[in-house]
Amino acid sequence: MSKLKFFIPAIGFFVLALLLWRGLYLNTRDLPSVLIDKPLPEFEMKTVIGSQLVTNKDLPDKMFLLNVWGSYCLPCLVEHPTLMRLTEEGEMPVVGVNYRDRKNLAIDWLGVNGNPFSFSLLDEDGKLGIDLGVYGAPETFLIDQNGVIRYRHVSVLDETVWQEVFQPAITALRAEQAGI
Amino acid sequence: MKNLLLLTVLFSLAGSFSLNAQVDTFQFDTDEQQQRFRRLSDELRCPMCQNTNLTGSSGGVAEDLRREVHRMIMDGFTNAAIEQFMFDRYGDFIFYRPRLRAETVFLWFGPIIFLLFGAWMAYGITRKARIIDIEESDLDSSQQQRLQDLLDKK
Repeated sequence: MSKLKFFIPAIGFFVLALLLWRGLYLNTRDLPSVLIDKPLPEFEMKTVIGSQLVTNKDLPDKMFLLNVWGSYCLPCLVEHPTLMRLTEEGEMPVVGVNYRDRKNLAIDWLGVNGNPFSFSLLDEDGKLGIDLGVYGAPETFLIDQNGVIRYRHVSVLDETVWQEVFQPAITALRAEQAGI
Repeated sequence: MKNLLLLTVLFSLAGSFSLNAQVDTFQFDTDEQQQRFRRLSDELRCPMCQNTNLTGSSGGVAEDLRREVHRMIMDGFTNAAIEQFMFDRYGDFIFYRPRLRAETVFLWFGPIIFLLFGAWMAYGITRKARIIDIEESDLDSSQQQRLQDLLDKK
């Protein structure tokens, strides 16, 4: 027992060192969202193209992605081909939140790069962004057919993230819903 | 030397300018409202730039949140209601002083636990030292004499 006591400082040191070492490799941007399993905030906003007034009722009635983007956002260009593929192949609808952008710049961006979105909400003053707990574009939320936020991904959604993070999450959600 | 002094003065000025740059763009009816705004934007953390408060951050989301804090103060929200608004959207992370909850207990009391552990260790070590002291003085007179002789020889 007394011998064990002798090692306590060393054990303490190694535990602390292990924790700190792990801390070096944690992604500090990947913060838990408090909105998981909560319904999507209520909104009544205009779309980027056509300036139509839309509300929660206009959202897809099946599982979809809500993608926060902006014409100023370089990582958004990186994930853009993936979003295009998802909608072109009909794998999953994507609704956009045009976050803290200017309408004409957003329309230009969609014209140049292609428009993967069913529609994009014009969130010029970032109000919907605040309601969603957004830090900055790009962010992607997975919304189920009941309009409930089920998953949130901060930063780029490329093919790797889609396959390794989203697909398993979607499979699990579908299985859960089939069970109920 | 003179250059160094000048540099120091310039740097300290630059610091104070950047600190004040983000505030004072909002209109308030009373000083009390303005003080509440300052206190809240000092104590709420910018979600984007992580180690800056709302006052000091030039990030887009911080700008929006300052505007929301201002709006809620002018609309007569209490500080508690404004903090709840932030918590509902950004969670514990938004507070520099997180709420006391099951998830944050270790944050609050961890340091005290470490302090107590350290105190216990220090106590253990000094007590052991005292025991050795006592043991050493536990010599009879002839042994004491020999010890003294040995020390004197040196």
